[in-house]
Amino acid sequence: MTEVIQISEKSKDFLKKVEEISGEVITLCEQCGICTTSCPMAEDMDVSPSNIMRLVQIGDEGVLETKAIWFCASCFTCTVRCPRGIDLAKVTEALRQINLRKNTDYLDINRMDESEVEDLPTIALVSSMRKYTG
Amino acid sequence: MKKFPYYPGCTLKQAAKHFETSAIASAEAMDIELVEIQKWNCCGAVASLTADDMMHHVAPIRNLVRVQEMNEKGMVDNEYRLVVFCSMCFNVLKRSAKRVKEDADMLKTINDFMDTEEDYEGNVEVKHFLEILDEIGFDSLTRRVKKPLKGLKISAYYGCTLLRPRGIGIDDPEAPSIMERFIEALGGEVVDNPYKSLCCGSYHTVGGNKELVAERAYKIINGARDNGADMMITSCPLCAFNLDDRQELTKKIHPDFQHMPVLYFTQIMAMAMGMEDRAGLDGNHIDARPLLRERKLLEG
Repeated sequence: MTEVIQISEKSKDFLKKVEEISGEVITLCEQCGICTTSCPMAEDMDVSPSNIMRLVQIGDEGVLETKAIWFCASCFTCTVRCPRGIDLAKVTEALRQINLRKNTDYLDINRMDESEVEDLPTIALVSSMRKYTG
Repeated sequence: MKKFPYYPGCTLKQAAKHFETSAIASAEAMDIELVEIQKWNCCGAVASLTADDMMHHVAPIRNLVRVQEMNEKGMVDNEYRLVVFCSMCFNVLKRSAKRVKEDADMLKTINDFMDTEEDYEGNVEVKHFLEILDEIGFDSLTRRVKKPLKGLKISAYYGCTLLRPRGIGIDDPEAPSIMERFIEALGGEVVDNPYKSLCCGSYHTVGGNKELVAERAYKIINGARDNGADMMITSCPLCAFNLDDRQELTKKIHPDFQHMPVLYFTQIMAMAMGMEDRAGLDGNHIDARPLLRERKLLEG
């Protein structure tokens, strides 16, 4: 049975938005899955990297609610391996940014134990703030 | 002494002081004087990856303007290679430098925005210190070694930002060799690790995911240990925190785990150059000194 997915105008707009912010042509993805097999975080993700790509292709905004986009640590392993030359790290960055630009932070450092924060090197604090807060 | 502009970055001035101390000593051993750039600012630690964001490139570019100024003031002699030791700073600064070099409109916008700064001309080359050593030649490094790291089994840990993406990283992202050539040049024994470029978990060490990082440390360190390594080296202060300091948590999760020293590459270089007192060996969480004494590489 063939399942036909109808892509609405709203979905097309979402795809366009992600392509604009990431600068990547997401429709190039042919779902080979090498990103997922390369991803060091895939086992902890609720949706795999190749699934993220498919969800964006069909304009499913539910991708913004996944934990996976926050698990991506921008290690660029998928980026150097994608046979279609897509920089997936830029795609997950765009998805995080769409959330963060609505003034919603993913991490609240004030809720962390003070002694734990003191033990962290500056590089850890700056990078997490950059990635998790708007 | 050849003078190079030098960008330390925040962590070399704080949690990784032993990285900076040993870096300056290592450079001196190669007749290089590191001239710290004036009024440098934080690079941002992670590269801004979105196409429409220019704001986060301002901070890295401002540091590159400082390099121009140093040349104009004669603090360095026509030297536009900016030396960086921290892998993350290196990646961020190089990405911003590359981006504005390839995009004249963006460079103009950033220059217009920084209206109290002189314009950035786009000529600074961001270099990791390992690249500088490679350019000088590892044979030259070997000739300067005073105390070869004989019998020390060392495993290189590259992590992410020193290698990826292509065009930014300093070596082949799938089959790097520069750190191994560095270890050999110092007289150490190279031990391979299948996880030498597997992400340590990076900033997931902040907040609720530190167990993920501790698990990563378990996998990466055991990858080196299973091949017989005594220690690992890195050039990233965040990897160092995750693989060195987080070993305590790894041990809690996995009681069978055996600790392993994780040093900055400059620490073993300072040692091999006979500058043990400047190797910052008291700065690591897992102390390497007992091991080094056992191998007769350190007295006392």
